[in-house]
Amino acid sequence: MTAAAPLLRVEDLRVHFDTDDGTVRAVDGISYELQRGRVLGIVGESGSGKSVSSLAIMGLVDGERARISGRVEFGGRDLLALDPEAMRAVRGNEIAMIFQDPLSSLHPFHRVGDQLAEAVRAHRDVSRAQARARALELLELVGIPDARRRMDGYAHELSGGMRQRVMIAMALVNEPALLIADEPTTALDVTVQAQILDLVGRLKDELGMAVVIITHDLGIVAETADEIAVMYAGRIVERAPVARIFSAPEHPYTWGLLASIPRLDAPRGEELVPIPGTPPSLLGLPRGCAFAPRCPYAQPRHHEVDPRAEPVPGDPAHVVACLLEPAQRRRLWAALRTPERA
Amino acid sequence: MARYILRRIGWTVVLLALVSAVTFVIFYALPSADPAVLRAGRQASPELVAQIRARLGLDDPLVVQYWTYMKDVVLHFDFGFSYQSGESVRAAIVSRLPATISMTVGALVIWLATALPIGVISAIRRRSLLDRVTMTGALLAISAPVYWLALVALYLFASDIGVIPIFDGANTYVGITQDPVQWFASLLLPWLVLAAGFSAFYARLLRANLVEVMGEDYIRTARAKGLPERRVVWRHGVRAAITPIVTVLGLDIGVLLGGSILTESVFNIPGVGRYAYDAIRTADLPAIQGTVLFAAFFIVVANLVVDIAYAFLDPRVRYG
Repeated sequence: MTAAAPLLRVEDLRVHFDTDDGTVRAVDGISYELQRGRVLGIVGESGSGKSVSSLAIMGLVDGERARISGRVEFGGRDLLALDPEAMRAVRGNEIAMIFQDPLSSLHPFHRVGDQLAEAVRAHRDVSRAQARARALELLELVGIPDARRRMDGYAHELSGGMRQRVMIAMALVNEPALLIADEPTTALDVTVQAQILDLVGRLKDELGMAVVIITHDLGIVAETADEIAVMYAGRIVERAPVARIFSAPEHPYTWGLLASIPRLDAPRGEELVPIPGTPPSLLGLPRGCAFAPRCPYAQPRHHEVDPRAEPVPGDPAHVVACLLEPAQRRRLWAALRTPERA
Repeated sequence: MARYILRRIGWTVVLLALVSAVTFVIFYALPSADPAVLRAGRQASPELVAQIRARLGLDDPLVVQYWTYMKDVVLHFDFGFSYQSGESVRAAIVSRLPATISMTVGALVIWLATALPIGVISAIRRRSLLDRVTMTGALLAISAPVYWLALVALYLFASDIGVIPIFDGANTYVGITQDPVQWFASLLLPWLVLAAGFSAFYARLLRANLVEVMGEDYIRTARAKGLPERRVVWRHGVRAAITPIVTVLGLDIGVLLGGSILTESVFNIPGVGRYAYDAIRTADLPAIQGTVLFAAFFIVVANLVVDIAYAFLDPRVRYG
């Protein structure tokens, strides 16, 4: 792609959990790169491994039974090789994360201002007053009205949107180079969702950071992301610049995701098409393509052979892991989108 | 908040009146020895017993007796006189409070000083050897009845009868103002015995709470901020896990201030619990009433203090 070294390079990242019932392959060899100032959307159903992969980058996968392998290169270091103290210095400082439910993610007993100031003092040798001043600055930056008063309030006194703004302020208080947003809008009202996404987009430009947005909703990342990675059963099945995902998706699972987004310009009466079946258990995945059991185009061979992520012919930025022939995929997609055009 | 407290105090008064009425009824409804006979001594003449009955007011209707009693309690804070010794019940209880407070405070210090670190460490190092050993020990300590534990402790460690005589045994209590060193020495064994069960219970409670709290989203947030693990555990984890424990703690302190009957009896510590035990044994109604009301009072007050404290500990709680 570009000549500049990427900010984040994830290489063959695997997170396996040993359980009494066998090995759960939550993340099973994913790779991607992210440049400074860019936004990557990771899309997938619950249980596809999108959150776990990001927690692994943060060093927050807990449990002694978790096995993490691969490389996570960030600013020239392999994060997976760092010792706990070095990793702690990265967390919340160079890489920050916000979560799905801002109410449960904020401490119920500590004042909002204290929680932010604490994040500053975890990484900067500053006085309490300086940390609080920085906290206030950030609360104002994320658009909390009457921020000075809110500093002494508690999370439960805020609305959902305001709580997520507080979480964002807390994440950005040390000006991280990378922000990971794990379903940042899922717990919020639709109108608030747009505000939060706008805020993230604006702050990304102001602070020049890279962003990973994790979501189950392609619609959320359609406008914010530069690139989209679609995850299924612990793997990235398709990765492409955002426009390509919507105009020329290659993977049948992506087609399914697109068909399940409601559209205002769709003809009246056109139904949303759910993807049939349920995601597979990550415990003892079947041989072959993990999506094959739900794929309407699967052939017997697809249940035997493991698909590999390969660039789409003529488009090196577009990677797909599908066993269908490229020409066949194009024919199928063309046929699928025709009724929409009518 | 002020209105809430006033309302609670009002209910406290109602509750104490109910407790005293119930004690009264139980005392008369259940078969017990006639206090007048007990007071009159062996082979007393019927005339003497009748005379005592009349003097103690035992011939009056129950309602009248109750009314007379409550009038004195409310108007003069007078709990009557012991049937047995003729001593003022109020004075008797007040004179025995220091021993009970000594028992409570000493045991409290020991059980918190042991339960907190054990609970936290076993929650953080779950399934470690230390966790397994302490939690099994805690289960044993909870299961052991305190009177049995007290007798075993005396048998093993008391300076007079003990196999390994290292602690002062029963019957050695002196007031703290009299001889602080002897006070401490005599209470050490009772403290340990009384604290054992509480310590075990609190360690298990704290462990369970902390294990749950450490799985909360806000703990993940604290780690995501890059806080040192020690700060994550204590400032974020323990802070949240300890709050519900404060409720239980307040009530336990209230109960203990009402007198720990078993421990005080085994070690013969002249506290309120020992007084209550003697009162029950001799069917000494005024003394029973007095100790029951005192105990109920401490529990109700502890309850109120706990509820008020909770509003400060958990900002989500607001009373209207």
